[in-house]
Amino acid sequence: MATVTRTAKDYRTSAAAWWCPGCGDFGVLRALQEAAAKLNLAPENVVLVAGIGCSGKIGDYFRSYSIHTVHGRTMPVATGIKLANRNLTVIAAGGDGDGYGIGLNHFIHAVRRNIDITYIVMDNHIYGLTKGQFSPTSQQGFKTTSSPAGTADRPVKPLQLALSAGVTYLAQAFSAYPDHMAEIIAEAIQHKGFSLVNCISPCVTYNKVNTYDFYKEHLVNLDEDPDYDPRNYDLAVETVRKYDELVIGRIYVNDTQPSYQDLLPGYSKEPLVNAKLDYEPEHWQQILQEFA
Amino acid sequence: MRNELTWVVGGQQGEGIDTTGEILASALNRLGYFIYGYRTFGSRIKGGHTNYRIRIAQRPVYGIAPRIDVLIAFDQDSINRLAGEMAPGGLIIFNGKAGRAKLPPGAGDVRLVEVPMLDIARELGNPIMKNMVGVGVSAALLGLRPEDIEPVLDDRFRGKGGNLVAANKEALRRGYEAARSALGDTADVLHLEPGDRRRRYLMTGDEAAAFGALAAGCRLVAAYPITPASEIMHWMVKKLPQYGGVVVQAEDEIAAISTVVGAGYAGVRAMTATSGPGFSLMQEVLGYAGMIEAPCVIINVQRAGPSTGMPTKHEQSDLFEMVMGSHGDLPRIVLAPVSIEDCFYAAVEAFNLADRYQTPVIVALDLALGLGKQTVEDIDFSRVKIDRGQIALPDDLNWDGGDFKRYRFTESGVSPRSLPGMPGGLHLATGLEHDETGHITEDRTNRVRMMQKRLRKFADIKDVEAVRYEGPENPHVLLIGWGASYGALREARERLEAEGISTGHAHVRLLAPFPADEVNRLLSRATHVFVAENNALSQLAALIRQHADAADKRRLRTINKYDGTLFLPAEIVEPVLESITPVGVTAKEVG
Repeated sequence: MATVTRTAKDYRTSAAAWWCPGCGDFGVLRALQEAAAKLNLAPENVVLVAGIGCSGKIGDYFRSYSIHTVHGRTMPVATGIKLANRNLTVIAAGGDGDGYGIGLNHFIHAVRRNIDITYIVMDNHIYGLTKGQFSPTSQQGFKTTSSPAGTADRPVKPLQLALSAGVTYLAQAFSAYPDHMAEIIAEAIQHKGFSLVNCISPCVTYNKVNTYDFYKEHLVNLDEDPDYDPRNYDLAVETVRKYDELVIGRIYVNDTQPSYQDLLPGYSKEPLVNAKLDYEPEHWQQILQEFA
Repeated sequence: MRNELTWVVGGQQGEGIDTTGEILASALNRLGYFIYGYRTFGSRIKGGHTNYRIRIAQRPVYGIAPRIDVLIAFDQDSINRLAGEMAPGGLIIFNGKAGRAKLPPGAGDVRLVEVPMLDIARELGNPIMKNMVGVGVSAALLGLRPEDIEPVLDDRFRGKGGNLVAANKEALRRGYEAARSALGDTADVLHLEPGDRRRRYLMTGDEAAAFGALAAGCRLVAAYPITPASEIMHWMVKKLPQYGGVVVQAEDEIAAISTVVGAGYAGVRAMTATSGPGFSLMQEVLGYAGMIEAPCVIINVQRAGPSTGMPTKHEQSDLFEMVMGSHGDLPRIVLAPVSIEDCFYAAVEAFNLADRYQTPVIVALDLALGLGKQTVEDIDFSRVKIDRGQIALPDDLNWDGGDFKRYRFTESGVSPRSLPGMPGGLHLATGLEHDETGHITEDRTNRVRMMQKRLRKFADIKDVEAVRYEGPENPHVLLIGWGASYGALREARERLEAEGISTGHAHVRLLAPFPADEVNRLLSRATHVFVAENNALSQLAALIRQHADAADKRRLRTINKYDGTLFLPAEIVEPVLESITPVGVTAKEVG
């Protein structure tokens, strides 16, 4: 068989993206397409599990099997898909509201299970599709349509949460640098276990605080720091705290933890979707005897 | 000699009361008796009253009996609670010394005998073995021999280390002897006619449903622990690893059903099992499964609501939620098995229906079906046929790289589905309204067509037993129920027939899509119609009224019980008799 070489174009659909011009999500989409091409993934072996919100539309624009879930439930849906067919590449994508608000519970549990999926959070610190309310990652005091006097809530710190929940691959990337983001996403997909790529993806319409310029000024690229070792957990914890999570690059990588699928007793090494279902009546008769 | 009686053991939770009941039930099953076992318990682990009730008969029994013949009471509280239910001539064995126990006033013709079961166990060096002493006492009362019980102890305690088998056998024998000496031959009246020793099976509805699911090819279960459904997960976690399958104990019920929908979408037969509060949490994803047309199975073992309600008590009050829950016009199938045995078949059917119609299927159990234990004569495994429905074949797929029409408009409303991993099957599955390829659209024409496609899927639903009917063609009285009240209604029908009243019994097994024609036909042939159900709002009656002809709607009368306990046959018979006698005919609503 001839080897197929794919480019980013192979992961484009016919649907036209309706994100606002300048939206950070374009950069994330582009990076994801580049990453898929870099890994030469067959689109039919990829499932993109998207959440609800502006970012959730990514599922309509990325060519693969694509499932757009209800709000906040990408993690358990992705878990079910991965367990059904462990040969698939399962990538979840959604916003900060989807993942760190309504879906926070599932996020933490997916991290601690270390199920082998990649989670791309398109973090813009705002609810865009519902027209500009503060999000779980919005900074305290942020003035929005639902917090005209400034929000009283303190923000969720997703990187620290992930580290405390035992994440085995953690990185942060920025939409303005899609090549760097693509490199990270490709690496995250290859990681055996749960990988979180928190993608800073500015909302140009509703968030006038966390802008491209703000991030360009403040972000520290750990990949450029020769002294930074992403295999050092304590250093990772210290670093994200020191920079108040304003870092990009590989934050923490742990290849030594078995993934959830590898720890489940008896779980088929072959895709579960191919498991034998039909057994002869005699087989079930034997089990019936346990009730005698 | 008796061909039927009811035995009960009562005490504090955490004292091994259930074990006492389990062992006796298991031994009786092996001796060839038909059993209906039912636990009464509270929502705590240690302390509080619990009892285990076994109806023992020479013919199949489907529910509890109104009177207790033998009560093994480990405390005075058990006597206080249960003395009123004793049959005339009934016997209470109290754990203790002579003169300690008291019969409450008005206990009637009941004999109270003290046997120091705990003291005997202490003498044997292990107070918890008082339960086994109690089993020995029971054996003596029922006319069984210790040897009849011993094989169960061999199976249960073998391999658990030490001399557990021998110690338990000794406790059994001591209890047997103590009862013989305390009672002599005076209790012979409670001896059972010998059983036929035919091989039969004793299981709960939760076990039967789990077994059915496994046989149907369920390979993934995601669930969150909840009374009275956890037993389904417990059974599956012992079995699924042998089939390569997996049980995910999810962080909550939303995650559970989401995981199931994900697995179903990817082609694995998957289910979750829950009860009311968990089922409420699942509502949004239930609608989502209907919208993306992903097969999934949800077993809802109902308990007393609303809210946390009475977690360990029986009720049938989730009908509205199962049939109508989740926002929007949602296609779904709701199957309500009529017996513990039927829980097996309903589970098998549920997976086939879910695949055939690419839709969520809810299997409606209730606490009594889920946790009640009943003799099953046999299971017909030749009825287990796996039908995966329309999964796309290579010819269906789209090899030019374009979008696959996953939601193609078809006459039946069911479209061949591609599974992730199939080349040529790429599409978007979304809870947003979509076109044939899955792309999001709010086009009005498409919207109407897509709604109609989803909703017409069941138009051809057949080969599902929608109503189980027993009785004459044109009965004077028609009793209608669902779920675990089958036993009470069946016996009520027998009693009414014995009174010379021609009576039919319809048990509705398919709640959605509702079998309107079949139910209307039954209604039109009966003179008096009574719908008996364990809820306050007459939910089944309301569903029937929604579909019934105008004249029949008014004829429906309702009998409700929602105190957390099962119907007794008399609770059906009495209001029926009262209401159909000439004085009572004046449109009196019962219950």
